[in-house]
Amino acid sequence: MAAFEGLTSRLQSVFGKLKGKGKVGEDDIKEAMREVRLALLEADVNFKVVKQFIANVKEKALGQEVMKSFTPGMVIIDIVNKEMTALMGGEQSKLAKANKPPTVIMMVGLQGAGKTTTTGKLARLLQKQNHKPMLIAADIYRPAAIKQLQVLGEQINAPVFSLGDKVSPVEIVTKGMEHAKEHHHDYVIVDTAGRLHIDEALMDELKQVKEVIKPNEILLVIDAMTGQDAVNVAESFHQQMELTGVVLTKLDGDTRGGAALSVKAVTGTPIKFAALGEKIDALEPFHPERMASRILGMGDMLTLIEKAQSSIDEEKAKELERKMRKAEFTFEDFLEQMEQVKKLGPLDQIMDMMPGMGKMKGLKNLNVDERKLAQTEAIVKSMTTVEKRNPEIINASRRKRIANGSGTSLRDVNQLIKQFEEMKKMMKQFSGMMDGKSGKKMKNKLAKGMKFPFGG
Amino acid sequence: MSFFKKLKEKISKSTDTVTNKFKEGLSKTRTAFTEKVTELVFRRKKIDEEFYEELEEILITSDVGVNTVMDLIDDLRQEVKERKIEESAELQPILSEKLVELLQGENENSDINLPENELAIVLFVGVNGVGKTTTIGKMAHRLKQQGKSVMLAAGDTFRAGAIEQLEVWGERVGVEVIKQQAGSDPAAVMYDAIQAAKNRNVDVLLCDTAGRLQNKVNLMEELNKIYRVIRREVPSAPHEVLLVLDATSGQNALTQAKLFGEKTGVSGLVLTKLDGTAKGGIAIAIRQELNIPVKFVGLGEKMDDLQPFDSEQFVHALFSGMMTEETVEKTVEEN
Repeated sequence: MAAFEGLTSRLQSVFGKLKGKGKVGEDDIKEAMREVRLALLEADVNFKVVKQFIANVKEKALGQEVMKSFTPGMVIIDIVNKEMTALMGGEQSKLAKANKPPTVIMMVGLQGAGKTTTTGKLARLLQKQNHKPMLIAADIYRPAAIKQLQVLGEQINAPVFSLGDKVSPVEIVTKGMEHAKEHHHDYVIVDTAGRLHIDEALMDELKQVKEVIKPNEILLVIDAMTGQDAVNVAESFHQQMELTGVVLTKLDGDTRGGAALSVKAVTGTPIKFAALGEKIDALEPFHPERMASRILGMGDMLTLIEKAQSSIDEEKAKELERKMRKAEFTFEDFLEQMEQVKKLGPLDQIMDMMPGMGKMKGLKNLNVDERKLAQTEAIVKSMTTVEKRNPEIINASRRKRIANGSGTSLRDVNQLIKQFEEMKKMMKQFSGMMDGKSGKKMKNKLAKGMKFPFGG
Repeated sequence: MSFFKKLKEKISKSTDTVTNKFKEGLSKTRTAFTEKVTELVFRRKKIDEEFYEELEEILITSDVGVNTVMDLIDDLRQEVKERKIEESAELQPILSEKLVELLQGENENSDINLPENELAIVLFVGVNGVGKTTTIGKMAHRLKQQGKSVMLAAGDTFRAGAIEQLEVWGERVGVEVIKQQAGSDPAAVMYDAIQAAKNRNVDVLLCDTAGRLQNKVNLMEELNKIYRVIRREVPSAPHEVLLVLDATSGQNALTQAKLFGEKTGVSGLVLTKLDGTAKGGIAIAIRQELNIPVKFVGLGEKMDDLQPFDSEQFVHALFSGMMTEETVEKTVEEN
């Protein structure tokens, strides 16, 4: 597997060598910059963008107290993180609004980026803000693309304007716009066919469509998994269409998403939305600071902290933390924690957000699966109170009873108990780790998030 | 350099149309890439550190992946030392030789392996939007032209309009599509399709599946179930499991190949959208790290835009034009 380790561990190894050396010199910074460069390239940030970026960071790093600092790695990460967040937009940007409705949004992009799906999601988002969006199906090329938009429209109860696939897109949008005005829709979203940025005929067609609809927003829909070519695509679409924003799709995958940085760097237009799932309401505003830590492989800490804060009971968390440290953690606590974790959302997403999760030994083998979570719950609930409090008394006959009671097999029960013990051990290591390097602030913030029961 | 001679012979032997199609489709890729390398070689006659650094960047631009590029550059350094090469122009053939090596496994058949006397089943898997359904349409056309009877299984019951999309392809190509309603169990669709294919004595059954991201546990388990159902009905099947990859995708494609491989035993790759400016270099990394070969490439939206992959042609298409005929001749003579 490619070294998908984050920047944090890369830098740690650089500065680890310097321990005891006392001072960090210019050469060390240079080496650190090399690691930053590799981390960014591995995350699919375009190499030109990386070059420029590194130059900026280096300048800042040399000027700052990196050399004096006791934790130069942290200082550099901080600079990199800030620079990247700034580059990706600084703040969230909203959709433009026409002075005279309807506001027209045009979706463009390569094939398979997710334009049609995003069109449906965007309409849903607008509906939630009490708007009345209408969709225009202008993809006459891909078989059943119109049908796809119609199905999405039905799901959310939004009208879809279509003239079939035998009429030119220019004519479709002309009629579509008339229709939207007659029916007083305040938003019109135009779904166009996916096309290569170098396909002159199709790009010309897109320009004609633009002439007709005079869009307030032209959004480039781009796959977060896109590699080095993201710059060519974005640059070319921007030159020909004058984009006003970008939608990054398939961010619910495990890609680092360096394309986000590349696209922003070459177009200068803000990334307005992030698509995070197959469900119709899985479209969220884009958060540059979260994207930055994701690209750097530091996990989506902010999201996690936010989620944890909003749904975990602080008192209970503190109590649990105490127990965990003293290895008093029981199945009762386990059950309680599971309840809390459930409030946080899908487990695999939580795992993705945790920094360093990929690297933890043993964690890889723990299957993160919602259904298994339910099974785990059943097993724990089939234990008596005494058993929950003293897991060590659970002998073979008790195990058999628990298996019967929870409708699972003896193997499942054995496995869970074994994992429970492992987890206890791991938690101890984890809290030790948090005490060590990362400073108090992080510890306090993350302590709550760090001790989830990991499925079964 | 016997390599280029061999390459020339090999290419002249293959049909011109295929090569042309390849070159045409890859022309954009090639221009960008070769211009850069030519320019580099022209500008830096001597091989020095900066030459390597720039070469490294050019390779990274094609999404080959940092690890593979580093290995490749190390190899080149070694060769340069051993062969005592000083001029950068001499390095070009070695570079293309290395790239071909990276793409080629030992004595393997890059075509798809289908049994002759029983129902052949090909399963298509991949993340969302890579072009699975389109590839199936093209593949059906290709097999039909080879005189085979083909049937399609509409296994993407999730995405809106996916079944209809496959049906349109079925009509275009003139093959039957077995389907159920949207939202039904894809494994059940496969079961139906296999029974229908057996009953009608079909040669090849091409199975479509819904696009899914490889980190979605439930969806990957669903895919595994599809795989198991196919195995149960026809023990030797699926005879090929083709992972469809978007040539524009970056390093994540490696994780895709790994995880889809774990659930379905991927036997080959189809690299789509190579008619754009992306280079699909990640195929090299996948070849290196997981030993999965590229079997087909998608070079456009038309029915006959699916071509078998030929690593030498691929690299040649990337590099032709980079070297003037003169350089080639000279290199050939010198060796």
